Amino acid sequence: MSESHPFTVSSFYLFIKEKRLMAAKCSKCGTIVLPPKPMCTKCFCTDIEWIELNGTGKLLSYTVIHVAPEQFQSMVPYCVGIVEFNDGLRLPGIIKDIQPEQLKVGMELKTDFECEPSSTWPCWTRYYFKPV
Amino acid sequence: MATKPLVSIVSAGLSKFGRREGLMCRELFAEATKEAFERCPNLDPIQDVEALFVGQMGESYEHQGHTGPTLADWSGLLPKPAIRIESACASSGSALRTGIYAILSGLHKVVMVGGVEKMTHRTTAEVTEYLAMASDFPFEQWNGITFPGLYALMATAHMHKYGTTEENLAQVAVKNHHNGTLNPKAHMQKEITLEKALTSKMVASPLKLYDCSLITDGASCLILTAPEIAKQYTDTPVHIIGSGQASDTIGLYEREELTSLKAAKVAAKQAYKMSGVTPKDVDVAEVHDCFTIAEILAYEDLGFCETGKGGNLIQNGETELGGKIPVNPSGGLKSKGHPVGATGTAQAYEIYLQLTGQADKRQVTGAEIGLSHNVGGSGATSSVHVYRSD
Repeated sequence: MSESHPFTVSSFYLFIKEKRLMAAKCSKCGTIVLPPKPMCTKCFCTDIEWIELNGTGKLLSYTVIHVAPEQFQSMVPYCVGIVEFNDGLRLPGIIKDIQPEQLKVGMELKTDFECEPSSTWPCWTRYYFKPV
Repeated sequence: MATKPLVSIVSAGLSKFGRREGLMCRELFAEATKEAFERCPNLDPIQDVEALFVGQMGESYEHQGHTGPTLADWSGLLPKPAIRIESACASSGSALRTGIYAILSGLHKVVMVGGVEKMTHRTTAEVTEYLAMASDFPFEQWNGITFPGLYALMATAHMHKYGTTEENLAQVAVKNHHNGTLNPKAHMQKEITLEKALTSKMVASPLKLYDCSLITDGASCLILTAPEIAKQYTDTPVHIIGSGQASDTIGLYEREELTSLKAAKVAAKQAYKMSGVTPKDVDVAEVHDCFTIAEILAYEDLGFCETGKGGNLIQNGETELGGKIPVNPSGGLKSKGHPVGATGTAQAYEIYLQLTGQADKRQVTGAEIGLSHNVGGSGATSSVHVYRSD
């Protein structure tokens, strides 16, 4: 995929399909944002570039979901959390390959990627987190 | 305190909250407006009420959009302009704020603001899905993070950072359930024990069933006037002397802090500054306890205690009726119920009762200054209003 792709959520997920975790950096003021936005919300510049993250980070907070919408009911209970990557950017996601009692604020996690996109809208591939 | 009021509340109405089988939003809202009209015999609804601003979160519940004119019709307010305001669970806090805009602009002298939601006819899975629409779709909903899940993430972070305990969360539930027993319009009028709260079914750890507000049907409304004409309608108006509202990122994960709602802090700062009121002056508050952790965050964000000390405030009983700063005498969202679109103006309704001495068994003696705190979603919207008795 071309790195001149528009700075949209859809592009973010097209990169995820290629197993790449990408954020947007403002060429003028240097602000990095995740999710990508087509205009820098700090300096309003539209000269943006993609940067790739290595996907490892620390778990800021977590919960184990027991009551889920229909789409996720077959997975309960499942672990989710917010991960802060080394560059300070954050994403929420499902945490796999872990028992709920092993979850700990501050633990190191890395990003991995599902193989198949969803069969229905929005047809995105999911990223997820797992222990290092 | 001689701050000039922004607007005055001359009447208010609230439907019974609960499982209102067979009733739609339009009928629930008419129940609230009927009370407001009856309370205020000097007001001629057709002659005097110039516009309706009404909060409602979702069309999915009743497969019904275009709610503004529908509610105006059922309340006898046609052909007045009627506009629906949507800010998730803060929809009617935003409708109240919009009513203030309308009066301060000079365009209108008397408006009705309110809110409504009909939820209990849907399954828990459906309601969970509809409520989740108030969170970020591409990163939160897409990853199976529910609404309780978002507040659970805040709770885990608060417990980790400040040592807040699951018992502290349960204490909020016990208090608000007690207050609900004193409110005949509350959805659940039932005491609960700490043990029952702590052993209830897990929803999103550490939040259990009794940490969550109720899925409720209900409606609420207020009649606002320009302050200089309030006495034409009632001898006991309640004045709104401060209004703040702020926005934050739709995604919880993008915020600097998980242990505080910045939009609520900003809104509170605006409302305090405008009114000249400080947190110490507040006699009674209705805060957005959609989950027990949210009430603890509210204590801190509103300045009722220091940051990180919210757990102590509930532990020491300071927010109970009779405490230093009674919070949620109505029973709050936890026990009065949370028909999401109705909540903001339902909070204002309780403050109206409290400041006019009409809150019966849950009356905060001598209350003169009140505050309401309404939050949308996981905190992307918050409005805070400060009220003063006449």
